[in-house]
Order: sequence, then structure tokens, then C-alpha cells
Amino acid sequence: MAEPAALAAARNLPVGPVGRHGLGWWGAFTLIASEAALFSYLLFSYYYTGVNTTSDWLLEKAPTFKLALPNTILLLLSSLVAWWGERGVLERRRPQALAGFGIAFLMGTAFVIVQCLEWHSKPYGLGTSSYASLYFVTTGFHIAHVIVGLGVLLSIFVWTALDFFSPRRRLVVSAGVIYWHFVDVVWLFVFTTYYITPYLGFGR
Amino acid sequence: MSHSPLGYLSDAAGTRAQAILPLTWFMLIVSIIVCVVIATLLWIAVRRGRPAPVPASAAAIAPVEAGPPGDRWISVGIIISCVPLAAALVWTMLTLAAVAGPPANPALTLDVTARQWWWDVHYDARDPASQFSTANEIHIPVGVPVLVRLHAADVIHSFWVPALSGKTDVIPGQTNLSWLQASAPGRYLGQCSEYCGFQHAHMQFEVVAESQQDFDRWRAAQLEEAAAAQTPEQTRGAALVVYRCGLCHRVRGTGAGAVFAPDLTHLMSRRTIAAGSLPNNPGTLAGWIENSQSVKPGNLMPDQYLSGQQLADTVAYLETLK
Amino acid sequence: MRQPDFRTPAIGRDSVEHEARLLSLWETAPGLKGFFTTVDHKEIGKRYIFTAFAFLVLGGIEALIMRLQLAGPNLSLLTPDQYNQLFSTHGMTMIFLYSSPVLSGFSNFLWPLLLGSRDMAFPRLNAFSYWVYLAAGLFLYAGFLGGYGPNDGWFNYVPYAERDYNPGLNQDFYALGMVFLGISTTVGAANFIVTAFRTRAPGMSINRLPILVWGTLTASVANLVVVPAVSLAFFLLWMDRHFGTHFYDTAGGGQPLLWQHLFWIFGHPWVYAIVLPAMGMVSDGLPVFCRRPLVGYSLVALSTVATMILGFGVWVHHMFATGLPGLSLAFFSAASIIITVPSAVAVFAWLATIWLGRPVITTAFLFFSSMIILFVIGGVSGFMTASVPVDWQLTDTYFVVAHIHYVLIGINLFPVVGAIYFWFPKMTGKLLDERLGRWNFWTMFIGFNLAFLPMHLTGLLGMPRRVYTYHDYPGWHALNLITTIGSFVLAIGVLLLVINVARSVRLGAVAGRNPWGGSTLEWAVSSPPPAYNFAVIPTVASRHPLWEDRLGAEGGALSSLDTGLLLDQGKETIGTSALDAVPDMVLEMPGDSAAPFAMAVGLAVMFAGLVAQARIAAAVGALLTVIALLMWLWPRRELREREVAHG
Repeated sequence: MAEPAALAAARNLPVGPVGRHGLGWWGAFTLIASEAALFSYLLFSYYYTGVNTTSDWLLEKAPTFKLALPNTILLLLSSLVAWWGERGVLERRRPQALAGFGIAFLMGTAFVIVQCLEWHSKPYGLGTSSYASLYFVTTGFHIAHVIVGLGVLLSIFVWTALDFFSPRRRLVVSAGVIYWHFVDVVWLFVFTTYYITPYLGFGR
Repeated sequence: MSHSPLGYLSDAAGTRAQAILPLTWFMLIVSIIVCVVIATLLWIAVRRGRPAPVPASAAAIAPVEAGPPGDRWISVGIIISCVPLAAALVWTMLTLAAVAGPPANPALTLDVTARQWWWDVHYDARDPASQFSTANEIHIPVGVPVLVRLHAADVIHSFWVPALSGKTDVIPGQTNLSWLQASAPGRYLGQCSEYCGFQHAHMQFEVVAESQQDFDRWRAAQLEEAAAAQTPEQTRGAALVVYRCGLCHRVRGTGAGAVFAPDLTHLMSRRTIAAGSLPNNPGTLAGWIENSQSVKPGNLMPDQYLSGQQLADTVAYLETLK
Repeated sequence: MRQPDFRTPAIGRDSVEHEARLLSLWETAPGLKGFFTTVDHKEIGKRYIFTAFAFLVLGGIEALIMRLQLAGPNLSLLTPDQYNQLFSTHGMTMIFLYSSPVLSGFSNFLWPLLLGSRDMAFPRLNAFSYWVYLAAGLFLYAGFLGGYGPNDGWFNYVPYAERDYNPGLNQDFYALGMVFLGISTTVGAANFIVTAFRTRAPGMSINRLPILVWGTLTASVANLVVVPAVSLAFFLLWMDRHFGTHFYDTAGGGQPLLWQHLFWIFGHPWVYAIVLPAMGMVSDGLPVFCRRPLVGYSLVALSTVATMILGFGVWVHHMFATGLPGLSLAFFSAASIIITVPSAVAVFAWLATIWLGRPVITTAFLFFSSMIILFVIGGVSGFMTASVPVDWQLTDTYFVVAHIHYVLIGINLFPVVGAIYFWFPKMTGKLLDERLGRWNFWTMFIGFNLAFLPMHLTGLLGMPRRVYTYHDYPGWHALNLITTIGSFVLAIGVLLLVINVARSVRLGAVAGRNPWGGSTLEWAVSSPPPAYNFAVIPTVASRHPLWEDRLGAEGGALSSLDTGLLLDQGKETIGTSALDAVPDMVLEMPGDSAAPFAMAVGLAVMFAGLVAQARIAAAVGALLTVIALLMWLWPRRELREREVAHG
């Protein structure tokens, strides 16, 4: 039978997603691209409003790092822990995987709690000014994404506990963990915008 | 085509509109030529390729040929297109430079505040006693640059006097600048050109360009306070105006001092009422007071439900506000 | 039976048993269950097109009512409020509920057929995207029918949309409805992107893609990153209205122009997103009737991408009159003039294709070729508005109304109607009536130009847009009357199309596989195509697999349509590499599922709860959404998302 040339490579192909190789991986990236765009518009709104407003726009000339900095470190570390959990799946060490996803989940939860404390410590509220609105809505969007990420971590924790995955069949895990990494990286941009740029002179 | 008061293809009467007009015509003519050329090419292309019309049902069996690649069509087409594009680009930048900047030394500065759905015009002066407000009618001296500072009291509007100048949006929270310089005396129609709600359609104004003497005379007259009522009818009307109209309107020299609606001190000096909706005469004025909601539905002035006598008195007084 | 993680897929020829096996794997269940659970891209595509046309008819009726009000000066058929809601709803309907979804419909139906695949990359997401579109459309129209239609134009400038000036529910319906609809657009875009890069037939390298795929792919990439801008803009508006935030109101330090930036960062790329796929239809359809390949394929493909890249940088040309600094005006003016160049590439390519070919005049050809001149008219009027000083006169007059209609009707509706004549046989197996088609074309063409060509002059005579009535200035009455007459003629043309479709579905001549002698893969399968599209996955060796006998093949090799991958071990298709389309995995496709419908219902309940400020309803909707999502994402054995031996 004549075999078309373009099929020459069709030997021993993976069936369904193997490793990260699968449509879901692409899907995760399109989701992340769209979400990243959303955050860039939020930050654009901050900078645009800041540039076009009269002075004294910032409600805090020097935002305190007391809660925000430890919380940032906590979130970044949780990314590392989630990655360590993913390694557990890759190396067939289920306890490590469960510990990784479980601890990352707890760290994420702690982040949300500390963030709520941070909100309460602010002397201004959602409706105080455009700065306050931007601060609460931007960090609120981020918390919403963290909560979705927590749902993802919890799901892959449960699925790992049910022994669904193997080093080959684990695209769901990798996609979930990359989403968690994304949520953490986005926080860096939010953090830089709201906590660092005032020290660099923006909005003063 | 006869002259349309908001048209901008002929009769430019202001420095800015005059600078824009030839560029508009250039782009319009280029555009029309492009359309005609492409339509002709398309027509020929469709006609020439058919030795005999092939019925649609035979589409499937009509022969396919690779034919010449034809890429040259694209390169030649693009090169030709770039010529008018480049010309338009350069001309655009030159015109922009000519009309964009406000004049350094305006002869007159106005503050125009756009409101739903009328124009509050304030004449600025160093001496507070020489400042005054009017509505929907802007007088300027001919031949000198006039700076217009634009403020929005509520939503976004746009300030447009086609014969004199293009549009400048009027946006809450920022003061945009426009400038007018009329090269001939006349009355030029203006219109709000950003959608602003129910009565966006009826939000017009007029720019009256006149000689310096006429302008000075007009200005002096505007600075006067309202004349006192003479007849008993007018006196009763004046009381009604202070008591009812004064909740929103101002008549300088009387107790009516609110600034939410057009200044009525020299109401009868204006050619129209309700931002260009109606000509200004006692009849339309009475109709407007009684039934403003049917004349201009949704506008912020409520129907007044005056008795016939009250209405007659009110109009009698308003007629004195020359 | 445990199936291996790797396998060498069998290559073979089509057979009756093979087709029967595929049919049992791919066919949707009959009846109501199948209706709500199907993930078949062809079914979803047809639903998209049907729904979009229903909205087109609604939007058209709204337009006709407005045209009656504007037939003469100072008429009072409508109150200002009614007129404002009508023009806003008309814009919303045509721009958001017709012009983009109809293209999604065609692309949904056609893509797997054009690409030699058996379905979209994410079939359930595809179904979800449709259900959300339908639900969001009904949500927006529920507001309109309840007297709370949008009333601030489709562009919805603040602060008029804020609660101080707009206290009714109108803006709540519009803001939430647009966020809702944005979900559909975004997931649809993601699906197209992954489909284009990962599920093409072996050998269909990126330089062999039909232009329609280039167009929709480009539009999808844009949508993926710009739709969040408008969703965010509407969300912030809703926050301002109900939670006392100050994003747009100046009292609290907000910026009315922030709305315009967010809106047009989305809005301008969106305009290209709703024309590029339609231009792709013309680029693929015209050559079939000209009996030769498209002139300048590579240039047309590249110019599609270039248009979009430039399209990201021209949004400020909607804001020339807002008092921006001169440097910014000069930059955006220049960019807006230069963007004409890639558009001109397509025009010359089409002209040359007709010139150098031997056109067969069909109704589809008439729509596709006449679109060229409509495109040029819409293009040159755009070129005029790109010049800042000229735009300061033109903007917000009827000149711009004429422009946008030449763009949207000329570059979207005309190609779409052409595409209906072209692909209707593929969808239904029946040909549309050509005789009625001629009437259809000429009525639409004459009606459209009668309505909108004189409208340029209306604008040049200074008539502002978005006015519910006008004074009797010289010229205005006559021109408006002509436009009103033209709009009714255009409507009759659309009616003829509806009649033709309704008749031909039952009585049309049988089409056969390839009624037009087309060159691309969709014409290689029966009409309508079977549930699995291709019994064997075709192998592609050129841009025109079905014309190779007459054109010769690129590089000697020939495409293979009847011998190829069988993939009948499950609901399978082939995954290929992103650029060269080399097979690199066997894709296990999901079966029919109720999750997408359930999730769309959950979201609809949530949004209805939000607009009614019924927190419990909103929470129930959100919960339903989460449950449906979990059902959906629960790793499945048959999709190899989890280890078969485990759990």
C-alpha cells in the first residue's frame, strides 16, 4: 500500500496526553495568556489613572511591607512547594506529591487570610477614592484567582489521593501547577505596582 | 446642493475650518478616484475572463488552470497606492500643526460649560464686574483668535462649529481647549456632537461673529442688569419668575439667582430658545414654559402648569429682558 | 482491555465496516438528550449561524423602525428614550451578537473539515462557548424587552452610563451581559488557536492553511488578549454603579477617558476580528469560481497578520477629539493611514485573481466579488477619518455611520451571505436556488448602496449621528428619505435569502460532494459530512489537494484522500506539530456531555441573580457552575487523563 510521505513519522505515537504533551497544555497557556492580559489592563488602569490625576492621589505615600512582604514570600514559596509536589508525581512518590499539593494549598489559604488582614488594616475603603477602588479591585481580582488556584490544588490533591496519575498520565497535574505558578507571578506585578512604585516616585 | 448650516464641504468661515477644507477635498477626491478605478478594474476583470458565460451548474467542471502567478498586481498596486497615502500623511501633519495649538495670545477667552442639554457661556475678564454669563449664543469679534475653555458639568459632550472649526470633546474632570477665529461676520451654527442622552439632538448653539464695535456694544448690553418691571402685568410676572423660575435660572438684578439653567438676564437678545430647538418669540416662549416636556422630551425643565393669566404675566415680564 | 500508551496508528483505505464503526463512535444520540449534549462541531457551527442570523433579523427590524423615525425631519414616531435604546440595541446586536458569532459559526463548521480533522481541539468547550453565547444574547435581550435595553450606544461612554445619569437597570443588563458574552468569545478564541496549531491533517504545514483559517486564527489571537479589556471595563462600570467605587467618576478621582481607552483597546482589534475571517472566506471562495489559485497567497496571509498587529496600535483614532497631545495624535494618525496598506494587498490579490482567472458567475461569486468594491468604499472612508484634522469634522457625523456600515455590511454581511451560497450545499446537501439567488444579490446590493452611499453626503452636510430627530436643513430630508427607502430594499434582499434557505432546505437540488469544484478538503467529504468528517484522515501535499490532478503537486508528492490514518480504536483524531503538521500524537476526543450546557445554565442563573441583586440566586448559579466544571474536568480514563490501571 502506498504510504503518503507526510505519514512517515506516524510511528509509535502517544495515545492521549503523555507527560505535558497534549492539547490541555496548550489550553492552559491560552487561559494564562488571557488572564495575563486581564491583569495588564488592571495595571494599565492604575498607571493611567495615576498619571492623569492631580497630586496627592496615593493614599499611602509609603505602603508598609509589614504584612505584604512576608505574604509575598509565602506565596512564592508555595509555588516552589507545588512544583516539588509535581516532582512527586513524576517520580512516583505519592506521599511527596500529596504533601506538596497539600502544603501549597495551606500556604495559599494563609496568603488569602493575611491578605484579608491587610485589607482590614487599610485606613481607607473601596469607595474612598479612585486609588482605593483600584487597590481593592486589583488585589481582589488577584485573591479571586488565588481562590480558583486553591480549588485547582485541592482537586489535584484529591485526584492524587485517588491514585489517578502516573509520570505519563499527569497532564492535569502539570496544567494545574502551571496555573498556580501564574497566579504567583502575577502577584509579583501587582505587588511591585502597589507597594514598590510609590517608593520609586510614581504617583507622588 | 444648497447650503446646510452644519455642512463642512463649503463655506468654511474660520481659520481652522479653512485649513482643513482643502485637505478634506483632497482626501475625498482621492477616495472617489480610488473607488472608480477599482470598480472599473473589477468590472473589466469579471467581463474579460469569460469567452462564453458558463452556467453556474457547470462550475464544477469548468477547467482549472494555474495561470500566471500575478504577484506583480500586488506590488504595483501597493506602490501606486503609497503615493496618495504619503501625500495625505504629509498634508495631514502640516494641517495638524497649523490647527492644533491654541493661540498664544487670544484676544478673548471664554469658558463654555456643556450641560444636558444646553451651553453655558461665560465671558471671562480680569475685572469681576466685567464678567457675565449667557447661554447657547456665543458672540465673538471677527478676525481675532478666541480661546474657548471647555468644561463639562455632567456627561461628555462635544463642541463643534463646522464652519469655524472641528470638534473638541467636552469631558468631565478635564478642561479641553478649542479656539475660534472667524474670518467673516455671520451666524454660525454649532451642535453637540457626542452622544449625551435624551436630547442630544437638540443641543445646538450659535456663534455670532461681528465687528469689534458690534461686539463691544453687545458686551456692554449684556453687562447690564435686568430692567425693572414697568406694568402691573410685568410686575406680577417678575414675581413669578423670581419665585418659580429662580429655582434654576438667574436674572441678574432680581432675586432669581440660581445657575443650574440658562441665564435669563438678556433672554430676548437671543435668537433661539432651548438650545436651538425653537425660534425665540413670545409665542414659542409661552409654549415652552407650559409644555417644555413635549417640545423637548426628557429635558430638565419641568412643565409649569401655570394658569393662562400667570403665563401671560410671565411672558410679559420675560419680553422685557432684552 | 488495557490499551497501550503508545501505538503506531493503522494506515489503510476506507471500507463500509470501517465507516460503520466510526459512525457508532461519533454519532450524537438522537432526541432531546443529543440536542443538549452534542459536541459535534458541525451541529454547533450551524447553531451559531442560525442564532446569529436570528439576531441579524432582530437588529435589522430595529434599524427599520429607526429609519421610519428618521425618514423626515421632526417626526415623533419614537420618544428619545425609545430611539436611544433602539440605536444602542441595534449596535450591540449587530456588532456583538451577529457579526462575530456568525463568523465563529462558519469557522466552527468548516475548520475541522478544512483542516482534515474530526473535530475541534476542545469539543466540549466549543459547545460551552455556543451555550454561553446564546444565554448572554437572551440575557441582553431580556433587558431590552423588559424596557431596560442599553441606552448609551454600543460604545457606552461614561459618565452617562453611571448611575447618576442612568439610574435604571439598562446599564446593569448591558454591563453584566457583556461580561457574560466575553466568556464565550474568549473560550471560543482559545479553542480556535489550539485547533489551528494542533489538529491539522498530516502535511498541512502552516503555509498550506486556507486563508479563512489564517483570518479566524488571527482574529482569535486578538480576541484572546483584547476581550478581557472590555470585560474589565464593563465590570468596573458595574462596580461604580453598585459598590461606590470611583473608576470613572471624577468626583472620586476617576477618569472618564479610562473607559474609552479600555473600550477601544478592545474595540478596534475587534473591528478587524469581525472582518478578517470574512475576508478569508472571500480569499478562499473567489478562486474556486475563478478556476485558479488565489494570487499572492503568502502576501495575503501575511497581510492578514500584519493588519492585526497594526490594529493593536490604532485604537486612539476613536479618540482624536478628546484633547490628546499633538504627538500622540500624529502617531496614531500615521498608524491609521498606514494600516490601509495590508488591506490593499487583499484587494489587489482578489482583483488579480478575477482578472487572471475565468470567472464562473454564481450568486456566491457575485457576493464575494461585489464585496471588493464595498470594501474599498469602506476603506477609503476609513482613510479619510484617519487624518486627524479631517476627522475633527467627520467624526460623530453620519459620514462615520456610512463608514461603519460599509465595513460591517460590506466586509462582513456580503461575504457571509456569499459563504452561505457557497457552503450551504456542504451543510445541508442541497443547493440554494441560483435564480432566487440573483434576485437576492441584486436586491441587497442595490438596497445597501442606496441606503448607505448617500449617507456619506448626509454626514458631509453635517448631520450628527445618534440624534432621534433632526431639523429640516437643506438636503437632509431628501437624503434621509433615500436611506430609509434603501434600508427597506436591503431588508427585502435579506428576506429573499431567508426564503431561499427555507425553500432549499427541503426542495433544493441535491448538491453532491463538490458542487463548485472546490479545491480544499471540505469538498472531499459527502454533503452533509458524516459525524466523523473523514473516514480516513487525509494527508496533504499542497494548498489545493483536490486540484492536484490539474495543477500538479508541490514538490512531486500528491495528497492522499482515500488512504490514510484509520484511527478507529476510539473517538480519535490525529494531533500534529504546530508548524509542519507532522503527526505527533493520537488524540482521544471526548464524547457528548451535559457539562457545557449545565455550566452555561449555572452562569446564566448567576448573572440573572446579579442583575436582580438576588444574592441567593447568584450563589446558587455559581455553585451550579462549579459543580458542572468539576464534572467536566474530572480526569477520565477514556480520554487518558488518568492512569488506566490506577484508581
